[in-house]
Amino acid sequence: MENATEQEGIVEKENQENMTGKIVRVSGPLVQADGMRNAQMYEMVKVSDKKLLGEIIELNGDIASIQVYEDTTGIGPGEDVYRTKQTMFVMLAPGLLESTYDGIQRPLKLLEEKSGNHFITRGIEVAGVDLEKKWDFQPIVKIGDTVEEGDILGEVQETTLVMHKIMTPQAICGIVKEIKSGKFNVEETIAVIETKDGAKKEIQMLQRWPIRKPRLSKGKIFPDTPMVTGTRSIDSFFPIAKGGAGCIPGPFGAGKTVTQQSIAKYCDAQVIVYVGCGERGNEMTEVLNEFPHLLDPNTGEPLMKRTILIANTSNMPVAAREASVYTGITIAEYYRDMGYSVALMADSTSRWAEAMREISGRMEEMPGEEGYPAYLSSKTAEFYERAGRVNCLGSDRRTGALTVIGAVSPPGGDLSEPVSQATLRVTKCFWGLDGALAYKKHFPSINWLTSYSLYVDNFKIYWKEQIADDFAEIRIEAMTLLQQEAKLTEIVRLVGMEALSNEEKLVLEIAKSIREDFLFQNAFDKEDAYTPLDIQYRILKAIVTVYRESISLMKKEDFDFNTFRKSETIQKLKTLKNLKTQEEFDAFRKKTREDISAFNLETSTN
Amino acid sequence: MQKEYKTVQSISGPLLIVGGIEGVKYDELVEVQIPGEKNYRLGKVLDISKDKAVVQMFASTTGAQTAGTKVRFRGETLKLNVSKDMLGRVFSGGGEILDGGPKIIPEKKLDIAGAPINPYCREFPDDFIQTGISSIDVLNTLVRGQKLPIFSGSGLPHSRLAAQIARQAKVTSGEDFAIVFGTMGVTFEEAEYFRKEFEKTGAISRTVMFLNTAADPVVERIATPRLALTVAEHLAFEHDMHVLVILTDITNYAEALREVSSARKEVPGRRGYPGYLYTDFSTLYERAGRVKSKKGTITQIPILTMPDDDKTHPIPDLTGYITEGQFIISRELNTNGVFPPVDVQGSLSRLWSAGVGEGKTREDHASVKDQLFASYARGKEARELAVVLGESSLDDTDRAHLKFADNFEKEFINQGEQTERTIVESLDLGWTLLKTLPQESLKRIKPEMIAKYMQGAEKK
Repeated sequence: MENATEQEGIVEKENQENMTGKIVRVSGPLVQADGMRNAQMYEMVKVSDKKLLGEIIELNGDIASIQVYEDTTGIGPGEDVYRTKQTMFVMLAPGLLESTYDGIQRPLKLLEEKSGNHFITRGIEVAGVDLEKKWDFQPIVKIGDTVEEGDILGEVQETTLVMHKIMTPQAICGIVKEIKSGKFNVEETIAVIETKDGAKKEIQMLQRWPIRKPRLSKGKIFPDTPMVTGTRSIDSFFPIAKGGAGCIPGPFGAGKTVTQQSIAKYCDAQVIVYVGCGERGNEMTEVLNEFPHLLDPNTGEPLMKRTILIANTSNMPVAAREASVYTGITIAEYYRDMGYSVALMADSTSRWAEAMREISGRMEEMPGEEGYPAYLSSKTAEFYERAGRVNCLGSDRRTGALTVIGAVSPPGGDLSEPVSQATLRVTKCFWGLDGALAYKKHFPSINWLTSYSLYVDNFKIYWKEQIADDFAEIRIEAMTLLQQEAKLTEIVRLVGMEALSNEEKLVLEIAKSIREDFLFQNAFDKEDAYTPLDIQYRILKAIVTVYRESISLMKKEDFDFNTFRKSETIQKLKTLKNLKTQEEFDAFRKKTREDISAFNLETSTN
Repeated sequence: MQKEYKTVQSISGPLLIVGGIEGVKYDELVEVQIPGEKNYRLGKVLDISKDKAVVQMFASTTGAQTAGTKVRFRGETLKLNVSKDMLGRVFSGGGEILDGGPKIIPEKKLDIAGAPINPYCREFPDDFIQTGISSIDVLNTLVRGQKLPIFSGSGLPHSRLAAQIARQAKVTSGEDFAIVFGTMGVTFEEAEYFRKEFEKTGAISRTVMFLNTAADPVVERIATPRLALTVAEHLAFEHDMHVLVILTDITNYAEALREVSSARKEVPGRRGYPGYLYTDFSTLYERAGRVKSKKGTITQIPILTMPDDDKTHPIPDLTGYITEGQFIISRELNTNGVFPPVDVQGSLSRLWSAGVGEGKTREDHASVKDQLFASYARGKEARELAVVLGESSLDDTDRAHLKFADNFEKEFINQGEQTERTIVESLDLGWTLLKTLPQESLKRIKPEMIAKYMQGAEKK
């Protein structure tokens, strides 16, 4: 008899899902719990009575390994782990914009209010978006309309810059039975859709989406429009596409963050998600202080109105750092799905990789290169592949683009390390920041010899139509001059300036102008920080014109290069940045031509 | 009643493995009593599984035995009693009183690990600190709430520079100012140098010192900077003081971490340092800053010696990725007798722009800084050329820049240990030097500024 009850007990236990487990090991952010047989991978759990948020990252028999997003001090074996039966998700609804989150979408402002002090305290549970706030929902569909997944049901003016589209949740299609209009909070029903099998689905503005699963689309399309950033060396030399992926590796002090922030400020994307992943606290504060006051050059509204910040600074829990990039990219994809062009900046992906390394080390996994887990490159590739220009779900054929720009912080600036290599394999834009240039205070310190963009060919038509026929040509010519300069500098170092011919001296002089008057850009100077693409072209064209016009002059014998160097033509190059209109540039080029022919005359009469 | 365990299974370096435990929590404080000793030594729990805890000692494990050693788990994390009365006092790297003074009556008992500051509550550091050193004030401006390390090498005078900064650092408003000073594994002489220096200038009365010297237990060093920062946080956020924290030498601290890591048989990152070195550093450095609604600030100047002057070594490298810039000490300038030998080009203050300009320093500050950098870089290039080709091959402009670079080093960077220059004096000195250059090469300054200030400098 005794046996029988015991058996029954076991059966009962198996039927009834185990909702709690017991901790058996704690090692920093890694907690292992027993009795978790039914749990699923990446399920969210609450650890101990302090309710620390964690995520299951490995299952082994009854034992689940959990990475905990909060500090585990004071947690010990024997305490409970509570399952939630949900995977790690983000809340998607109006109210995301202008927010500042930690790595797991907890608004930092609410964390402050709830804890009552300026430290991050543990076990605080807050919703990612304000659940109380009423939004003015304006319907677009009518009762009786047939909608499919991704179709826009209505709109909410989220900020002055962004119209938030409320989309039919994925996997739902049918006939609109009810659609409301007016003020609602995100959890109230705004529509009812009857699906084919007759079920009535109540639709709210709030959607939840697991962070590790890319949001669906109807497929990627070829990116053929550049994302204009206003940074001359990027837009003209190494442009990135809307929907492209780029990386900024560089040693510390080379200006990764300044470049990232500069792109976040001025690029012509409609929504920006800025992920401060394991970086400095003060940097995030700077963004927080600056963005509400800075105006978007494209719309004239405060930048914050189109920005979402995710700040998981280096001293915040390391597991949440791992999650922060996924949180960021899922939110970014959500806005992409509305048909917007979204840009995501991740600063820095090396810290994200280090978080993976730390967790992997504690799980005693077999390490790959430099202690990083073997799945480093596949995870990196997965992340960057979430970038792209897509046909959004829905029947209105809208397209959206998600551009991803990741900063990489290679130790010692040495790009042979695993994170840089994994990133270079999957990104098509490489802006290599150069410590030597930064040392000379040349900013942005994007090295013009090693950087590349594989999108250039995509833009040929765009440039031709939007800017000028010869943009690509001028660009190549300028870059060639810089290449030549690098070679000539070697020679000068060996045998001196005097050994060069006048033509070669001209190359050096013009290359210097390209460097100092075009590539050098002061991100802290209000006027210099942003240059529209057409002006970039005009400056570059003016410099190249000087070269083209004066090359014949150099061929003359006994021509004194120093006089030419001191001439107004060369001296005026540095004022090019201040010119604005087409007329001014035309006048400049005309003057150049006249001056140089005057030179010509002078030397021939001599 | 606390349970006492006599179940030490193994001892390896600074680690103790205790078996048969129950109810032990992660990170909790551990007392270890070695047979025949009255006092206990402290440690903390690094890893616990069902019945086994890995304990990392803060003191040495010399004399510990697997049999007979008693272990007590305290049920709380390592805490420090803090009080304003700690100012003027000297403690060991483990927090024991060293100066023979009275016990500290605690105002608060604080966890030394601290908690991360919510980035939303931070206030951006933008108050200029005048260090009285031109190469810092003008070119790499320090602001309150910044963390700015000194990257040095063996045999370089980083201590003297740190002492000079501590001596001269001024905040314009004359608010309460304190120094918290922590040493990790430095020689007795170096620790003593600072103590004497602080005594001589009277700064000792507003200084809290934590001294862990090379002779003290290695693992104690892991706690020392945290003790220092805990006191600093208390002074800054409870007593509204502006605290300057000087920590020396971070290299020794990292080595202590490496020792613990290798004893735990962890997979090492670069050069044997643990993979979490970055995260660990950040829990120190990120404790600098300002927060909203509090008047006090914490400014950090950690000092580290770069092994073989190699900036890419993991310690300076990871530090540089967290801190807001760095001061690099130049061996070349030091050999040439320049003091302070700050390598101005290699140094960087990321927050300079917030601390300068009208109302803070002077409106021309940013332009002067940019121009000095540009001209100095050009002068140095000219110097290189001159070495290869001889000075005669340079043209006039290059020659002017060469001369400028020489004077810049001799007069601007070099100012001596006892000279204090106000920011206005430093800027004017900059103008005086720039005046020697042909005006058309001053590309980084707006003509209005030149008109306004060049003249002023000329009069002097």
